[in-house]
Amino acid sequence: MYVLKILFKNALRHKLRTTLTVVGITIAVLAFGLLRTVITTWYMGVEASAANRLWTRNSVSLIFPLPIAYKEKIRQVEGVRSVSHATWFGGIYIDEKNFFAQFAVEPKTYMEAFSEYNTPPEQKAALLRDRKGAVAGRKLAQRYGWKLGDTIILKGTIYPGNWEFVLRGIYEGTRKDADETVFFFHWDYLNETLKKTAPGMEDQVGSFIVIAKSPDIVADVAQRIDNLFKNSLAETLTETEKAFILGFISMSDAIITAIELVSFVVIAIILAVVANTMAMTARERIGEYAILKTLGFGWFKIAGLIFGESMIITMMGCALGIGLTFPIADAFGEAMGQYFPAFNVTLETIYMDIAASIVVGLLAAIIPSWHAITTPVADGLRKIG
Amino acid sequence: MEQKTAIVEIQHVSKSYRRGSQIVPVLNDITFDINEGEFLALMGPSGSGKSTLLNLIAGIDKVDSGNIFVGGIDITGLAETELANWRANHVGFVFQFYNLIPVLTAFENVELPLLLTGLTRKERREHVETALMAVNLSHRLTHYPAQLSGGEQQRVAIARAIVTDPTILVADEPTGDLDRKSAEEIMGLMDGLNRELGKTIIMVTHDPRAAQKAHVMRHLDKGILNDVRSQDSV
Repeated sequence: MYVLKILFKNALRHKLRTTLTVVGITIAVLAFGLLRTVITTWYMGVEASAANRLWTRNSVSLIFPLPIAYKEKIRQVEGVRSVSHATWFGGIYIDEKNFFAQFAVEPKTYMEAFSEYNTPPEQKAALLRDRKGAVAGRKLAQRYGWKLGDTIILKGTIYPGNWEFVLRGIYEGTRKDADETVFFFHWDYLNETLKKTAPGMEDQVGSFIVIAKSPDIVADVAQRIDNLFKNSLAETLTETEKAFILGFISMSDAIITAIELVSFVVIAIILAVVANTMAMTARERIGEYAILKTLGFGWFKIAGLIFGESMIITMMGCALGIGLTFPIADAFGEAMGQYFPAFNVTLETIYMDIAASIVVGLLAAIIPSWHAITTPVADGLRKIG
Repeated sequence: MEQKTAIVEIQHVSKSYRRGSQIVPVLNDITFDINEGEFLALMGPSGSGKSTLLNLIAGIDKVDSGNIFVGGIDITGLAETELANWRANHVGFVFQFYNLIPVLTAFENVELPLLLTGLTRKERREHVETALMAVNLSHRLTHYPAQLSGGEQQRVAIARAIVTDPTILVADEPTGDLDRKSAEEIMGLMDGLNRELGKTIIMVTHDPRAAQKAHVMRHLDKGILNDVRSQDSV
């Protein structure tokens, strides 16, 4: 208790300097936490992926479609419970900046495959009855103020023309990390229109979503599906959902690496700031440390005072930074909702904040402690007066 | 005639400092004893080596050659950690500039050396109150150094020095930063500690009035111990 009192009193001796250092640490912890959350969010889909869900796409590239005729063949593969499909639509809602994911799907099987998207039964039924019907995630509907029955017009980029949809359902995620910003509608509506307006583009889908009977057999099922279409005009590549999403993420590898690098640079900068504060502190108190040594305080206790003070300053900044991370992450997630479907600060990020602060607090105290310990008592006493 | 025991034995002690490439001798083959219960004043001009000698006796500096025995222990042979423990148990320090910790109250400053002992909180409180009472500062327990006069700060420093009941009390210019009245009070206090409690005191001073209180005066000049004058003989 006595030691803690000394540590706090010492830490607050130069109030302005300590305040500025704590503010610096707070900002650094906040920046570190937000950058780590961006990275976590990037990988959110990987964490949220279902173990028994497989994605079958054209082996050449994701942008090449597959014939719809494959669906029945895949369904008959041993170990397959059900098959659905999804086709990237890529339409523009009013303005290009209003980006959100849009898929032409087979609604019944799609909603079964993605059980984490919970659409109320009466809305599901309304969707199935209306060929122009569509479903939007809760956050997406909130963002644009959509209500059930609203007409939503998307301007096609891959599929030309203006496409009119009626909002028949709004789904909610059953898990915190579920994406609530997806918009999906009947593939049949797309396909029938293409038959009339763009012959040659019909009867094709982007990817098949395959639900295996058990997570243990997904590798075998994927192998069987790809073998089935070997040497065909459109060979397939079947991957687990996790691998499929990681494939997407790998396209942004450079950005993620840059963000990771910046997050660690922030920590390095704050280490320099805290080390400077502690160096100034130890230099100013070299006489006091000499007095303590004279009284019989050993090197371990002197170092303990410096390390303790460094830790108190750092952890004050850390606590404030963590406290601010949550409301600021909420505001950031709100503002960047179209890019980050969910922007949640994870427990792992908080642990990283704390670990980084502890490392900074300890490293910053090493040189000042060494200086205080190795300065001869007589030299230290000469600094007083 | 009463036979006095030497509490400090200084045997052929030499000490020099390195200043750049030059080696500056400070103490040259010093040998003398300090008896138990003695009040010794070390005098001499600036740079004569008196503070260095005091630091060596107090175990906060190392000899180049020679030995110093305090209470029968050869402190020149102790390692740094052993020396720190020895200081905590056997030496009380009084400095010219009081050297109190500014963020601690008078009570807490006096309590500091007791943190290194195994005393309970209650026992520490009793010791601190007794020490502060001995220097007539019982009414200033919760005051910070900045709220005390120079004389009061020095009295707190004396209380801190005696609170562990050390074997020797060393004082480096204890009146050097005080006005005459405060200096007299401090010297009266030290005299009392010596006469009433039998404390062995080794004091470095420039002030002849302060030295008057000592039993023995030793004069250092250019690292050489010149003479011994006993106050009794004076």
